[in-house]
Order: sequence, then structure tokens, then C-alpha cells
Amino acid sequence: MQAATRVTTRTASTASGSSATILAFSGDISSASKDAILGAWHGLDGQARHVLLDFTGVDYINSSGIAIIIQMLLEAGKTGTQTIGIFGLTPHFQKVFTMVGINKYAALHKDEAAALAAV
Amino acid sequence: MKNGSSVQVRLPSELGFEKVAMSTAASMAALMGFSEDRIEDLKTAVGEACINAIEHGNHLNSSLGVGVVLSTSADGLEVKVIDDGAGVSVAPHVPDIDRKVHGEEDLRGMGMFLIQRLVDEAEWYKGPPGKSFVRLLIRLDKENE
Repeated sequence: MQAATRVTTRTASTASGSSATILAFSGDISSASKDAILGAWHGLDGQARHVLLDFTGVDYINSSGIAIIIQMLLEAGKTGTQTIGIFGLTPHFQKVFTMVGINKYAALHKDEAAALAAV
Repeated sequence: MKNGSSVQVRLPSELGFEKVAMSTAASMAALMGFSEDRIEDLKTAVGEACINAIEHGNHLNSSLGVGVVLSTSADGLEVKVIDDGAGVSVAPHVPDIDRKVHGEEDLRGMGMFLIQRLVDEAEWYKGPPGKSFVRLLIRLDKENE
């Protein structure tokens, strides 16, 4: 009954002239999203230095879905070379992500332009 | 909407159906005049309460249902989410993002914390099967704070 999660991967140039990999999510972010999200993330094989997570097309996020994002932060921390940024969250989910402390490990930006400018 | 109005929803113990309760709560809160941001808070809290009931209360047993009772009063909107589990007797755990990101704490387990932070009152009651519930309240007098 849970709606599917779709993840598309693309690259964009940052303000500093480097490249960022954008994982754009759509649909729901829940426990059922694990394979889609971590599959796309692991597909980068640790090669992308700057990764941005785009939530613009996301309709629904629950705490199990947030746990998957934290899993990504955990794995990025182990590489020691990857940074993760987040954009496109609604004001409500910016608040929720801040409540659980995700903003300590991934900067939250209003939109893609702001995220790319910060890299 | 009259004070004392009540709506009851019964959900299958299947993840995803929490959205039915979320939509119902959002509709009632909108009718009562709650602002959009507080309705979003309520939706997330109700969704997490239903997920806990489905997963931890009823253990995804499709033969069991989750009851959701939404009641209006002069104070605000009360939502009870009832399951067949033994109930919860511990206080919500405050997630520690540092421990999570370093693999020292379960990545999940944030639902009760979010519920408590997003509504004005949240209480968990233990009871026999079909009688354990969480009670949530968003208050109208907090609307302009």
C-alpha cells in the first residue's frame, strides 16, 4: 500500500566550478524506499564528492524514511570525503529534519540554486 | 463544527494506510480553523502514531485493525490511536544524531519523539488487547502563539 519511491541521478555545476551529483527523489520516503534510495546512493560508489538530495518531488516522509537518509550520512561520514546537502524540503519537513538533528550533518537549502551556490 | 463531534476510522495493519488517518485529521483540523503549519504537524504526528500501532502494536498482523478516534472540543482536536499491543511504558527517546551517524544508536526509533514535539499533548496508555492507545491533542488556544 506504500507508494513507490523514484530516484533519478544527474549532475550539475556548483558555484565553485566543481561538479555535484543530485539524487532527485519523488513519491514517498518511507521504509519501502530503502532499496530505491540506497541503491542509487551505492550506485555512486563513493565517487561523487558533493551529493545533493532533492526532495522537491516528494509527497510524504515518515521517520522510517528519515532513518534511510541518516544511513546515507553515516556511510558518507565513513568515507571522510563526501559531503551531502539537502534541498526542496517543505518548511514543515525542514523543521522535522532540524528536530532530529540532520542539519548538523547535511546543510538544508531552500532550492537547487541555493544548494549549488553553497558547495 | 460543533464541539463534541467525533469521527472514527479503522485502518488495516498495513503500512501506508496511516495516510487515511492523516488525511482525516487534516480535514477535521482545517474545519476547526487550525493553520496550515499546525495541520502539517498534526498529520506527521498522527502518521507516526499509526505507524507505531501498525508495526509495534499489531506487528503488521492483517487480521488486527488500528482504531483512530478524532474528537473535537472547545480545547482543540484530540486523536486517539488504538491498537492490540501491550502499550508503551517508557518515555519517548530523544534521538542523538551524533550517535546515529556514528553507528552507535538504532537509526530508527524517532516516531515517539516527533509525536511529542509536534503536538501540544501526547500520552501513551497501556491496556489489554484493543485498549492500548496514544492520545494526541492540538490546542486551539496555541493557534496564534
